[in-house]
Amino acid sequence: MSKDIYVFAEQRDGILSKVGLELIGKARELADVLDQKVVAILLGSGVKAEAKILIEYGADKSIVVDHPILEEYITEPYTKAINLILIDKQPEIVLFGATSIGRDLAPRVSARIHTGLTADCTKLEIDTETKLLLMTRPAFGGNIMATILCQDFRPQMATVRQGVMTALKRDSSRKGEIEEINIEFVASDMNVEIIRIKKKTKKSVDITEAKYIVSGGRGIGTADKFDMLRSLADELGAEVAASRACVDNGWIDKNYQVGQTGKTVRPDLYIACGISGAIQHVTGMEDSELIIAINKNEAAPIFDIADLGIVGDMNKIIPKLTESLKKSKRIEGMV
Amino acid sequence: MKIVVCIKQVPDTTEVRLDPKSNTLIRDGVPSIINPDDKAGIEAALRLKEKVEDSIVTVMCMGPPQADAALREALAMGCDDAVLLTDKAFGGSDTWATSSIIASALKKLEFDVIITGRQAIDGDTAQVGPQIAEHLGIPQVCYAEKIEIKEDKLLIWRQFEDRCHIIKVGIPCLITALSEVAKPRYMSVGGIVDAYHTKEVMIWSYEDIMDTLDVSNIGLKGSPTRVTKSFTKEAKGTGAVLKNLTDDEAVTAIMAKFKEKHII
Repeated sequence: MSKDIYVFAEQRDGILSKVGLELIGKARELADVLDQKVVAILLGSGVKAEAKILIEYGADKSIVVDHPILEEYITEPYTKAINLILIDKQPEIVLFGATSIGRDLAPRVSARIHTGLTADCTKLEIDTETKLLLMTRPAFGGNIMATILCQDFRPQMATVRQGVMTALKRDSSRKGEIEEINIEFVASDMNVEIIRIKKKTKKSVDITEAKYIVSGGRGIGTADKFDMLRSLADELGAEVAASRACVDNGWIDKNYQVGQTGKTVRPDLYIACGISGAIQHVTGMEDSELIIAINKNEAAPIFDIADLGIVGDMNKIIPKLTESLKKSKRIEGMV
Repeated sequence: MKIVVCIKQVPDTTEVRLDPKSNTLIRDGVPSIINPDDKAGIEAALRLKEKVEDSIVTVMCMGPPQADAALREALAMGCDDAVLLTDKAFGGSDTWATSSIIASALKKLEFDVIITGRQAIDGDTAQVGPQIAEHLGIPQVCYAEKIEIKEDKLLIWRQFEDRCHIIKVGIPCLITALSEVAKPRYMSVGGIVDAYHTKEVMIWSYEDIMDTLDVSNIGLKGSPTRVTKSFTKEAKGTGAVLKNLTDDEAVTAIMAKFKEKHII
């Protein structure tokens, strides 16, 4: 019988990705309901030392496949390793981060093993009666939510975006088992060749990590208005983000896009400036702790989800707000 | 070189609205389009064809009979052949079943390179491409931003969040294309005429591909996953919306909120 919840703990250059740790946190919660274990799978080259960290974040056990072929992500060796582990261990549930690696790997694994896979889940829970995994995800560009089941095939598999689940606090006193597995790789597993790796050198900001976000939408009107938003962001220690319209207009890089086809964020503060609040955008930010929206149009749907909505001209309000923040800092400095 | 592009006809989700009274999707009048990533894939295929002599680009789509329009558009852009996979038995297929059906149809064709879009804007799963590659047992390269030919191999610029891999892959292979891979050309007038008068869309049903496709792997029954419930999201509790404020009053209101939430 299948049991236990497995998490693919992604790493790049030997550094564990945040989404893997978040998924271990979620898996812990699900495993406790099922009275089962959480097992993290770590693939890479020279990554053994990281296995313990996965336990400290909530896994009962780490399985490590450490092999030079796994240094940089290539579909076939990763698929082969995961597939062999899943066939051997027969888990009940397997979770992957919905990163470019997870979304390349998980479907390939699901097709090989013949089981279902639900992409980009925003909610995972166990049905109290059937003990099945209820996988909820946005569909139709975020316009509706669908809850999906995988009843007759195992494992039940899902991908989840970074920032949707919450990692547990690291506890260095947690103990668990580390199992090293040897997989035999052959030349034909390397069916593609990476001839060059170009790391993105420009200091790319990860908006999913930001505590505060100042975000601009179509209503800001021109690319240079992002300077105004950046000034405000600098005063707050925030990052700048944008809706899809700004990216499509070439005002800002896609890395900064929040929403269905961009990133999911949930900062402590999200200031939406000139964002109408199309559902595709809202899907990516509605779980923010505090949402402040400034928009000229009082019928803008963004006001339906804002904690504080201001109907007004952000071109005037934002510079004044930036100034006001500067002033308040000066006053604090004097005390 | 024999290239097959797999496309999906999708509703233009940016045009979809919710009925505020019934809280259901308003689908009437929403136009159907070729999924944007797939359309970029068509363009990438046509550019490969221009570089390699004696190439043929076949476009394939699974969907209802109306998906004919998407295939005609692809023919009008310059694709040579089109195949529509349509059968009631295919209805309700999830990504596993869909990829099984498309892979079986592909086995009927000769191919060197299969191109799909990265993901469709209605489902956003990005699963069908890699799953087709697995069913066919060929390598996949996802998120292609650029495709070049080098001797008898392809060079593909694969985009990840933090890096780009330049990948060399032999044929046969499957590539999933980002919209950035190539800006789709417009249909030419001659192309439109050809698409409707000279070229044909082949229609294949389950019977045409059943020799490599088990009936237990298609449609709702052949799908490992099933939607048990769908619903519109509940709106989050609305906070105050302030209007007719002066700019200074607006700033004061925001500053008060910052203080209340200990942001400053």
